[in-house]
Amino acid sequence: MKRTLSVLVENRPGVLTRVAGLFSRRGYNIDSLAVGRTENPSISRMTIVVDGDEQIIEQVSKQLNKLIDVIKLSDITDDPHVGRELVLIKVNAEPAVRGEIMQIVDIFRARIVDIARNSLIIEATGDADKIDAIENSLRPFGIREVVRTGKIAMLRGAKTRGMEASGDGAGE
Amino acid sequence: MDTVFGIPGGSVLPLYHELAVASIRHILTRHEQAAAHAADGYARASGKPGVCIATSGPGATNLVTGIANAYMDSIPIIAITGQVSVAMIGRDSFQEADITGITLPVTKANYLVKNIRDLAVTIHEAFHVAATGRPGPVLIDVPKDITTQRAAFHYPPRLHLPGYRSRVEPHALQVAQAAAAIQAATKPLLFIGGGVITSGAHEEVRQLAEEQDIPVVMSMMGKGAFPEQHPLFIGMVGMHGTAAANYAICETDLIIGVGVRFDDRVTGKIEAFAPKAKIIHIDIDAAEIGKVVAAHIPIVADARQALQALLAKLPGKMERPAWRQQIKRWQEENPLRYEQCGLKPQYVIEELYHLTGGRAIISTDVGQHQMWAVQYYPLERPRAFLSSCGLGTMGFGVPAAMGAAIARPGETVVAISGDGSFQMNIQELATLSHYRIPVKIVLLNNGYLGMVRQWQEFFFDRRYAYSEMAGNPDFVKVAEAYRVPGRRVTTREEVVPALQEALETEGPFLLDVLIDREENVFPMVPPGGTLNKMVTGGRQE
Ligand SMILES: Cc1ncc(C[n+]2csc(CCOP(=O)(O)OP(=O)(O)O)c2C)c(N)n1
Ligand SMILES: [Mg+2]
Repeated sequence: MKRTLSVLVENRPGVLTRVAGLFSRRGYNIDSLAVGRTENPSISRMTIVVDGDEQIIEQVSKQLNKLIDVIKLSDITDDPHVGRELVLIKVNAEPAVRGEIMQIVDIFRARIVDIARNSLIIEATGDADKIDAIENSLRPFGIREVVRTGKIAMLRGAKTRGMEASGDGAGE
Repeated sequence: MDTVFGIPGGSVLPLYHELAVASIRHILTRHEQAAAHAADGYARASGKPGVCIATSGPGATNLVTGIANAYMDSIPIIAITGQVSVAMIGRDSFQEADITGITLPVTKANYLVKNIRDLAVTIHEAFHVAATGRPGPVLIDVPKDITTQRAAFHYPPRLHLPGYRSRVEPHALQVAQAAAAIQAATKPLLFIGGGVITSGAHEEVRQLAEEQDIPVVMSMMGKGAFPEQHPLFIGMVGMHGTAAANYAICETDLIIGVGVRFDDRVTGKIEAFAPKAKIIHIDIDAAEIGKVVAAHIPIVADARQALQALLAKLPGKMERPAWRQQIKRWQEENPLRYEQCGLKPQYVIEELYHLTGGRAIISTDVGQHQMWAVQYYPLERPRAFLSSCGLGTMGFGVPAAMGAAIARPGETVVAISGDGSFQMNIQELATLSHYRIPVKIVLLNNGYLGMVRQWQEFFFDRRYAYSEMAGNPDFVKVAEAYRVPGRRVTTREEVVPALQEALETEGPFLLDVLIDREENVFPMVPPGGTLNKMVTGGRQE
């Protein structure tokens, strides 16, 4: 079972090590982890995709919540959300097959972002299924390199995963 | 906090320069590990955070075992380590070690202070985090140049910790459910651990037990949280728990777990643990709930607050005579026992109990002697038993006793140790001697890594691979070399007078007691076994 966790963390040194270390230390499987700062520069958001049964996910969430740098954690898997990954694919592209590749790029609403004599770089965004699909479609041409981000996600609608804090020193 | 424990070195020289003229007492231990254990013992005995200091590199890494030990038992200590100057960090400089990286998995929080302006607030935060919520060790790594700079003292009265919540209120609905479960149960059992001592909930535990007529078992961390001579007390559960306590776990229909984490030494085979019971689990750390056993009624809260809320929902008294009688029968049929011949360690501890009126603060090392101390020195009060329960660190006992003796002057502090464990921090005889710290060491000397030998006897065909301590020194002579008086005991008759001498002599004292070498700890649940399948004694099994 894959779950998507949206985690707000304080932008302090070592926070990524702490989170990543927790996974390896307690034997949890991390599928992907994407991190970047939020609208508030002192706070970052991590989107973590974890694989495990219900009990493991519960433990992961509780252990993460325990970290002092973790401000808020929500499991958004079952909430309507937009989930996106970004991929850059460097694919072999002899002039003879370029047309065919362009068609695939069109179908997936991807973009060509670099052209060399025998290869192209294709950029695509989408959910994991779509990224897998475009990768598979391009494989017959010969993929030279794939660079793929982890998933980032945002709730649909006006709702946010806010930063209302409840920790020590807040509202005292 | 009035005392710190540590050893100076290059990167903490500026700090020590000021410490020498500060109003804080500093105890120079002879190994940084001992400084960490002393801070730990100080914290366990006093309830206040203990502080240890070490220099960068090897000094800092020497603290690691002590920090990990405090982490496993949720003890608040502050470790202050020197670090190479900010500009030198990351260059493999002389005596540089990435101590924040190394201690990441064994600290509740740690900090590398790179700006003098952050120093005061970091120290403030460190103490707050270490001592509140589920306590634990916190490390502050301070580069040398930070300690030579000057800055305006910036100490915000309010900490900014949006991701840290130290107080959690018990959930009213869950408290009500727990109360209903207690009223409905016919064979309830209170299972108490270190969390009861941390939160000071021992009075509430006692009230709940007495009013609702609920028998009590403990983990080793819970020792002292409930008076052990109380008629409702059954003993420790788990591998070397009492038979009655283990039977009670197997029969109970409701476990009220307070500040316990269901360690594998307690539960035995997890699938067979408390098969008939519903579980109420009270813990301040939400991550403990459901980690090992599924809780039917979880209450995430401070133990004392939770129990107060629970007591408010349970007016009136309850009587459960059938359950009490069942337990009494188990107790009568399976008392703790040992043979009355030779020089038995159990006898030594029983006599120590009598001579100290059960009022000593006991620290232990790790091994058979630790289990005998639990079994034969019943306690009446919390914060009087210091033992490395989670990590099982040999070498803990003597330095922890030092810390306790300093935190609680005027009390009798006894370190019950083994010949193996004692040698892991034997150099602390110098610290005891230097400061005349009145720790009485009772060395239960079997010439073996006894617990290892016991396992080899039972599970490894009596092949005693490297568990005999053939090179042991004359411990009394070693003590004397440090100007610590000592005495060797070789017969049963000498035990009482020797203990008397140790207790009556001012300052530290060492008793080297040559106990029966192959005495075993019983009962014993084989590792991974079911709690009601115990080996209960006698060499014949
Ligand atoms: C630092 C450390 N190393 C090894 C062990 C494994 N160990 C557990 S008990 C024990 C024997 C302890 O011997 P001693 O202190 O003489 O106590 P006894 O069991 O003989 O009473 C050993 C080696 C440990 N717990 N800690
Ligand atoms: Mg021994």
